[in-house]
Amino acid sequence: MLDARTSRRTVLGGLGATVFVAGFHVPRAGAAGVADMEPNAFIRIDAQGFITLTMPQVEMGQGTYTSISMILAEELDAAWDHVKVEHAPPDETHYANPAFGVQATGNSNSIRAFWLPLRKAGAGTRAVLVEAAARGWKVPAAECRTENSQVVHDKSGRRVAYGDLVARAAAMPVPTDAPLKDPKQFKLIGRSLRRLDTPVKTDGTAVYGIDALPPGVKFAALMQSPVLGGKVAHVDDAAAKKIKGVRQIVVLDDLVAVVGDHMWAAKSGLEALDVAWNDGANAEISTADIWARLRKASERDGAVAKTVGDARKALGEGDVYTQTYEVPLLAHAPMEPLNCTVHVRPDGAEAWIGSQVLARVQRAVAKAAGLSVETVVVHNHLLGGGFGRRLEPDMAFVAARIAKQVDGPVKVVWTREEDIRHDVYRPAYHDLLSAKLSRDGRIVGWKHKTAGSSILARWLPPAFRNGVDGDGVDGAADVPYDIDNLRVEFVREEPPGVNTGFWRGVGPNNNVFAIESFIDELAHRARIDPVAFRRAHLGKTPRLKAALDLVAAKSNWGSALPPRAGRGVAVQVAFASFIATVIEAEVDEAGEVLLRRIDTAVDTGTIVNPDTVMAQLQGGLIFGLTAALYGEITVEKGRVQQSNFHDYRMLRMDQVPPINVHLIRNGEPPGGIGETGTTASMPALRNAIYAATGVALRRMPIDRTLIAGARR
Amino acid sequence: MIELRVNGEAKSVDVAPDMPLLWVLRDVLHLTGTKFGCGIAQCGACTVHIDGKPVRSCQLAVGALGNRAITTIEKIGETPAGARVQKAWLDLEVIQCGYCQSGQIMSAAALLNSVPHPDDADIDAAMSGNICRCGTYVRIRAAIKRAAAEHA
Repeated sequence: MLDARTSRRTVLGGLGATVFVAGFHVPRAGAAGVADMEPNAFIRIDAQGFITLTMPQVEMGQGTYTSISMILAEELDAAWDHVKVEHAPPDETHYANPAFGVQATGNSNSIRAFWLPLRKAGAGTRAVLVEAAARGWKVPAAECRTENSQVVHDKSGRRVAYGDLVARAAAMPVPTDAPLKDPKQFKLIGRSLRRLDTPVKTDGTAVYGIDALPPGVKFAALMQSPVLGGKVAHVDDAAAKKIKGVRQIVVLDDLVAVVGDHMWAAKSGLEALDVAWNDGANAEISTADIWARLRKASERDGAVAKTVGDARKALGEGDVYTQTYEVPLLAHAPMEPLNCTVHVRPDGAEAWIGSQVLARVQRAVAKAAGLSVETVVVHNHLLGGGFGRRLEPDMAFVAARIAKQVDGPVKVVWTREEDIRHDVYRPAYHDLLSAKLSRDGRIVGWKHKTAGSSILARWLPPAFRNGVDGDGVDGAADVPYDIDNLRVEFVREEPPGVNTGFWRGVGPNNNVFAIESFIDELAHRARIDPVAFRRAHLGKTPRLKAALDLVAAKSNWGSALPPRAGRGVAVQVAFASFIATVIEAEVDEAGEVLLRRIDTAVDTGTIVNPDTVMAQLQGGLIFGLTAALYGEITVEKGRVQQSNFHDYRMLRMDQVPPINVHLIRNGEPPGGIGETGTTASMPALRNAIYAATGVALRRMPIDRTLIAGARR
Repeated sequence: MIELRVNGEAKSVDVAPDMPLLWVLRDVLHLTGTKFGCGIAQCGACTVHIDGKPVRSCQLAVGALGNRAITTIEKIGETPAGARVQKAWLDLEVIQCGYCQSGQIMSAAALLNSVPHPDDADIDAAMSGNICRCGTYVRIRAAIKRAAAEHA
């Protein structure tokens, strides 16, 4: 159902305002001319009883539109089939993420950050409706209860629909301290309700940013310098202009775009251009240089992120075990290539996009177009994958610069090649770990130094403190194991020429990979089973220990496997969830890895929608396995060498094993879930290969030449 | 002008014959359910049916199509296999971001048309050309089996 209504703060009408309806029940018609009730930024109720929920977080597949709606509807006692959802406009006053202070969806924190604000919004609205009904009936509010979008007065047997209370309730003050439900009373939270966004995704009617078609829109393809950071030197567009459907060639200092009647004209025009580039300062950069600089930087003392006891003293004598672990640059490659549609007029601009950072998109368009921010309208859309790529507004800035040269709206679409070659890449990290074991196999000293780019220093500067990137040491500073003497350091080293950004799993991806790989090697040195070794160090983290016990049982840990097959375990506390994972894999003589089975035990506290949690684990694991098996961006002479799915490979259907997700239920506050599987899968697979072959891999992605022919 | 038969309707488009069907569907006919993912037939997001067979529309020149029947995600629900696949997709909550799912559904519906009761090897063969970055493969496999089971 489409609802092109006007939002209270910005026009959401038109193609961007796809609104989904939870059910097909149509409430009866209410009184005409009654204004909607808008008790807060998230809830709007009309006189017909429709409840429209404005989503402060964006839907990129993680299921958050459904979970956010469930939380609001729960406290509101809304009839689920009266609920509609709509995208929020850019508005940091009302829709900033409490965890960031900016309007952003990331770090698996939508539910964690909005759990209480949404519940309070729902409860306050419910309280106003109860008060309005009680006044109408002249009964005490305490005698009234709510259910299914109605206020009920049991003593008199009366009930009134929320829609019929809108006229009175709209003018009443909304309490900020309305009592929240006892979780035992939850009717929606904890159930696997159907997702609200999936019906439109089965029949082609879902509208992503790339599907926006404002009237008169033209289509543009762009080309940026093959050498990162290069500039346009010369363009010969004679051949391109002759192509049917090509309307305009836009040449900016760092890119060339062809505008046409459709993408085929634009792409064909681009291929017909003869462009000469000034390669600039990065023309000699290669990945080898980036690694050399990072390894050199790791020799420096880092900024101290965490100390416990005296790690230097503990590691100062005796048999200290030291290893290094590395993870590479990665592209995001969301299935929906980067795109943004922009219409720049003299007095304002309009943009259509799917973004994780709407307010930053609004500012980027305003800056590019030379307009004031309040004249820029942004329509958000469903995202065809985010994975951190759409936490950057660069595509909107680029599209707006092109659109400024075009009369009318223009949809700028990145080819897959441009998308991969000009990403904001997951940083390469180099981790140095040292530990000492006691004679009975306990860790008595630990040092972990992470070296890499600081994304936060650019993206959220206040979060980069005293030389420590809180994301860069996430999962390391708070290592879950009992270690009396511990030191964690961060060394910031920015790669030359390469932009770095968040990638699904963020800091914990690197740290959990390094730590869990190292822990397996320590267990091996102690001649203790990897599960038992971890278990002995989890006294202070009982929730993780319980998850480990569960996954060990469910995965048949310790039972016999065929030759060249092995099980690997990895545990993590990341995004406030406690997860233990076992991957069973086989390595063939050529070094190819066959995934046999995955089990993961998940304690994420209170679960809003269990099926969504399972789906995110399944998908997150596969996302990480893709990186483990194939993921690596390399640079040679300033040029990114990968370009499309043939050389930046993805896991496919025939490679994916059964994945069993085992949920642990409790009443703890909700944890994050969207990125957890990705973090879990890389070390678990690495440790499975270690068990199968005896080869301790210490870099991602997996180097098949190291495991071909190897056997335990 | 090129004459096409799209979802049972005759369409006339003024484009070059070498233009891939994908862009004709999306940018000329405004059938945006068919998705652009890679442009080189590596990802399957652009899958449509030509006379019931799955084809990557990003590599299919419109000039070669003649009167062959083009079916897109917008109308696949009007075929028995398409409707069963769509229902199974929702019943098992396959979809996450959904961007690849038009192509997944088209490939799955074509599979059920040719193999009513596919085994795992059939599913691997038919579906391995469709990339899902969200990693919904486990559920796609289960949903294809569910859709097949509902075929008496």
